[in-house]
Amino acid sequence: MFYYEGFRGMTVGKQLWLIILIKLFVLFFILRLFFFPNFLKSKFDNDQDRGNYVREQLIRRK
Amino acid sequence: MLETIDLRTIDWSRAQFALTAIYHWLFVPLTLGLSFIVAIMESIYVKTGKPEWKQITKFWMTLFGINFAIGVATGIILEFQFGTNWSNYSWFVGDIFGAPLAIEGIMAFFLETTFIAVMFFGWDKVSKGFHLASSWLTAIGANLSALWILVANAWMQFPAGMQFNPDTIRNEMISFWDVLFSPVAINKFLHTVSSGYVLASVFVIGISSWYLLKKRNERMARRSILIAAIFGLITSVFLTLTGDGSAYQVAQKQPMKLAAMEGLYQGQKNAGLVAFGILTPDKKAGDGKDPFLMHIEFPELLSYFSYRNPDAFVPGIEDLIKGGFKPEFDHINPLEKGQAFSVDEKIFRGKMALEALSQYKESKTTGDTAGIRTSLEMLHQNFPYFGYAYLNAAHDSIPNVPLTFYSFHLMVFLGVYFILLFIVVLFLLAFNKLEGKRWLLRLSLWTIPLAYIASQAGWIVAEMGRQPWVIQDLMPTMAAASKINPNSVVITFWLFAAIFTILLIAEVMIMLRQIKIGPKDGGTR
Repeated sequence: MFYYEGFRGMTVGKQLWLIILIKLFVLFFILRLFFFPNFLKSKFDNDQDRGNYVREQLIRRK
Repeated sequence: MLETIDLRTIDWSRAQFALTAIYHWLFVPLTLGLSFIVAIMESIYVKTGKPEWKQITKFWMTLFGINFAIGVATGIILEFQFGTNWSNYSWFVGDIFGAPLAIEGIMAFFLETTFIAVMFFGWDKVSKGFHLASSWLTAIGANLSALWILVANAWMQFPAGMQFNPDTIRNEMISFWDVLFSPVAINKFLHTVSSGYVLASVFVIGISSWYLLKKRNERMARRSILIAAIFGLITSVFLTLTGDGSAYQVAQKQPMKLAAMEGLYQGQKNAGLVAFGILTPDKKAGDGKDPFLMHIEFPELLSYFSYRNPDAFVPGIEDLIKGGFKPEFDHINPLEKGQAFSVDEKIFRGKMALEALSQYKESKTTGDTAGIRTSLEMLHQNFPYFGYAYLNAAHDSIPNVPLTFYSFHLMVFLGVYFILLFIVVLFLLAFNKLEGKRWLLRLSLWTIPLAYIASQAGWIVAEMGRQPWVIQDLMPTMAAASKINPNSVVITFWLFAAIFTILLIAEVMIMLRQIKIGPKDGGTR
């Protein structure tokens, strides 16, 4: 009830909530999913393989 | 076989991180400072019971809410980038970076979202005392969120409280308290949040000056200026002290950054602090040219601020490259206690550490216990220089000197200017002469962007000044990046540029409209 009345009584706040929701949608459902995969998790199934890959990268990178 | 990484991947990943961090930092400092100013205003309302203070509080709280709403979650994007663009780094730092960020997420969510709701929706629904407590807890929560982010950042500037595990290739936290209470973290946190307090004070004074110029809501504007100028002046003292503390830490832990901040190429005893200077544009370390076309300095102050001793020797860029001087501090590595290593020596030791890491893996595979022991010993001895293995030449350890130097001096210059502004504004307000000084009101209004520039300049000093390191001495930026297609980073760079620009335009438009509306009843006059 406290929150319900608060949201109902908002003026500028309604615009802000709309911006927040659009922003969160763009961040988590578009950018995160399609543009920012976790590089190591998407390439390897377990931590041992991830560690081995990073080791090779660190040893061989120039 | 050695692998190369496309330099465009590194450059665009850096540009993307810088872009998102700069945009994110446009929102954060105002949240940090304005939350406390609002809490102070509300405290006066609760203490005096005067309705005008409630109106003043509600007005600034609305601007705080707009800034908070637009800025919230913009920092999350930085965390996305760690996993995608900086996977070597993310893996290497292990739980040290993750733990503070996780605490920040939980703290930010519970403290801020709980009490911010009471702050905005709770007027006349909860008791005055509870509402006031919520406002203070929102401010404290916002600042504590910043603590954890800054602890993580400070660890990158001064890695502490961890041990490298050659089996997992991760740094593992062995002392949470060493990470949390590292002197770099403490100074960084205090200096950064107090810069937010000063920025918010400038913001309140600037907006209030606009009301005075427009001759509307004048009583509210004068009272707001009074609070902001006092808050700004007090926190400026704090900002100065913590800035001094930060520089003292930089002198110990990142002497190359300090040398770049001061354009100091050749070390000196009784080194002076540059008050103003123009760098020689094409100056390179070791070319014998004068670093400055012209400069003015305060004698001995750099030695004093760096080492609390006016006679101390402050190493310059060339000294740090060549080594051989006696460090004033007990260096991080006891091996350098009597005589600093040259960068070439550090590169050699870095390569030894990397070779040891390679041998350790081979020895583990073949079951060679003597090899395991020898390689571990070699790795442990040389690990403090691990990142130097990736430098091709000693000069690669020098950051961008002009950018670091000018950013640092701009930040300091503006910081001094803000202090003078607070004093002048307070003085004129006390003698009821502020409204007559329209030039000062205009100046106050146009000081708002300067506060943002000073704040961003501080971060440029911190982050550009520590290049080439992403983790000081342990990992350079080029070793931290993921081996990904640079074109994908270019695309997301422009996506972020577009999203953040839209958000910034939205914030400015909503905020300007709200400022034009002013307090709902038109103020008390």
